[in-house]
Amino acid sequence: MLGTIALAKEGVLVHHIAASLMRVAVGYFGAVALAIPLGVAMGWYPPIYRALNPVIQMLRPISPIAWIPLAILWFGVGNASPIFLILLSSFFPMVVGTIAGVHSVERQYIRAAENFGITGMKLLRDVIVPAAMAQIVTGMRIGLGVAWLVVVAAEMVAINSGLGFLIIDSRNAGNRYDLVVAAMVIIGVIGFGLDLLMRRLERIDSVRWRYVR
Amino acid sequence: MSADIEARDVWKSYQLEDGGTLPVIAGLSLNVAQHEFVALVGPSGCGKSTLLDLLAGFQKPDSGSITFVGQPVERPGPRGILITQKGSVFPWISAWRNLTFVLNSVPEEERTSRAQHYLDLVGLQDFASAFPYQLSGGMLQRLELARALVVKPEVLYMDEPFGSLDALARLRMRQELLRIRREEPQTTVLVTHDVDEAIALADRIFVLSQRPMRIMRIVEVGMDHPRSIADPRAVALKSSILHDLGAIE
Repeated sequence: MLGTIALAKEGVLVHHIAASLMRVAVGYFGAVALAIPLGVAMGWYPPIYRALNPVIQMLRPISPIAWIPLAILWFGVGNASPIFLILLSSFFPMVVGTIAGVHSVERQYIRAAENFGITGMKLLRDVIVPAAMAQIVTGMRIGLGVAWLVVVAAEMVAINSGLGFLIIDSRNAGNRYDLVVAAMVIIGVIGFGLDLLMRRLERIDSVRWRYVR
Repeated sequence: MSADIEARDVWKSYQLEDGGTLPVIAGLSLNVAQHEFVALVGPSGCGKSTLLDLLAGFQKPDSGSITFVGQPVERPGPRGILITQKGSVFPWISAWRNLTFVLNSVPEEERTSRAQHYLDLVGLQDFASAFPYQLSGGMLQRLELARALVVKPEVLYMDEPFGSLDALARLRMRQELLRIRREEPQTTVLVTHDVDEAIALADRIFVLSQRPMRIMRIVEVGMDHPRSIADPRAVALKSSILHDLGAIE
C-alpha cells in the first residue's frame, strides 16, 4: 500500500497509466476506423460478405496472445506491437457487431428510403448506419473492453511501460505483490470508467430510440 | 378520364421453399384515373399487399404490364409513395428532419417552407422537434402521411394505413385524409379489409377474391362527401360487399 502511494507520488503510476491508455486509444480508434466501414460494407453487399466472412471467422478465434511473436517480429519491441495487438483484437467484435446491426435493419426503413429515391452513400450513411447504430455501439463497448484486456497482456512482453509492465516488473523486482494487486485494481477501475464513457454513446439519437419502451 | 395507373393481365406467384409455386395474382387488370380514390377490399392473405407492391414497383409481375401515365413501372420512386400499417418514419430523427430528409434535392428555402406546410396540414406543427417514439400512434400515421405528401407524389399507395390505430383514431384519420384530399388531391389506392373504411373514402371499390386473386366486382360508391356509414345506401352497399366476400349469408 505504502509502495503504491510512493509510486503515485513519484509520478510513475501516472506514467504507466498514461502509457497504457495511449496504446489503447491509438489501437482502438484505428480498429473503429477500419471495422465500422468494413462491417457496413459486408453487411450491406452480400458478395463482400461471402468473400470476407470466412476469413474473419477464421482469424477471430485466434487469441491475441498467439499473435505476440509475430507482432514483435513485424513491429519490434516499441509501441507498435501492443497497438497492433489491440487493434487486431478489438477489430473483430466491432466488425461482427456492425454486420449483425446492418443485417437486422428493419425492411420498412430500407423500402421507405428506396421509395423516396435515397440511394448510394446517403442511404448507407443516413439510413443504414443509424438504423444499425445500437448494435454498432454494443460492438464498440465489447471492443473497448477487449482492447483494455489485451493492452495489459501485450505490455507484459517486450515493453517497459504501462500497467501490464508494472505488474510483471513488480513481481520480478522482488515479489512486490502489493504493487501487483494495486495495478490489478487500477486496471479494473479504469476498465469500469471506460465502459461508463461508452455508455454515454447510448444517449445519441440514433441509439436512444432502440431503448425506449 | 385518362387512366393514371393501368395493370393489364398481371400474373404473380411466389416460389415456395419446397419447390412448389404459390399463385397469388391470376390475370388481374385494373385502371385508376387521375385523382381517383380506389379501395381494394379482400380477405386477408388474398394478395392485396402483393398487388400494391407491384403497382408501386417494389416487385415485378411474372407476366402482364403495369404502367403509370403510360410509362412502365420499373422500380419504386417518389412519384408514388407507399404507406403501410407498420410505419416507416425514421425513428432516429425528429419529425421535422423526417420531412426535410426526403427533400434532399430541393433547395434549402423551399425545403423549409414545404416541411412547415405539410407539418401544419396534418396538425403536427407543435411537434416538429419531437422524435417518433414520443408520438402517439395516430400522430405517427399523420407524420407518415406528411412525409409522403411533402415530396408531392402523384399517387399514394396505402396498405392498411390505419390498421394499427384504435377505432376513434381510425375515424379521425379518415376525416383527415378526406380534408387533405380536398386541399391537395392525389390519386390514391387504398388496401383495406375494413369495408366501412372503403365506403367512407373511396370513389370505387374493387372487391377481391381469395388467392389466387382476381377482381370479383367493381363498385361505384357514388355518394357525396361527407358520407355517413349509417346512410341507407352505405348500409346496403356494405352488406352486398360483405356478401361477395362470403362474410355474411
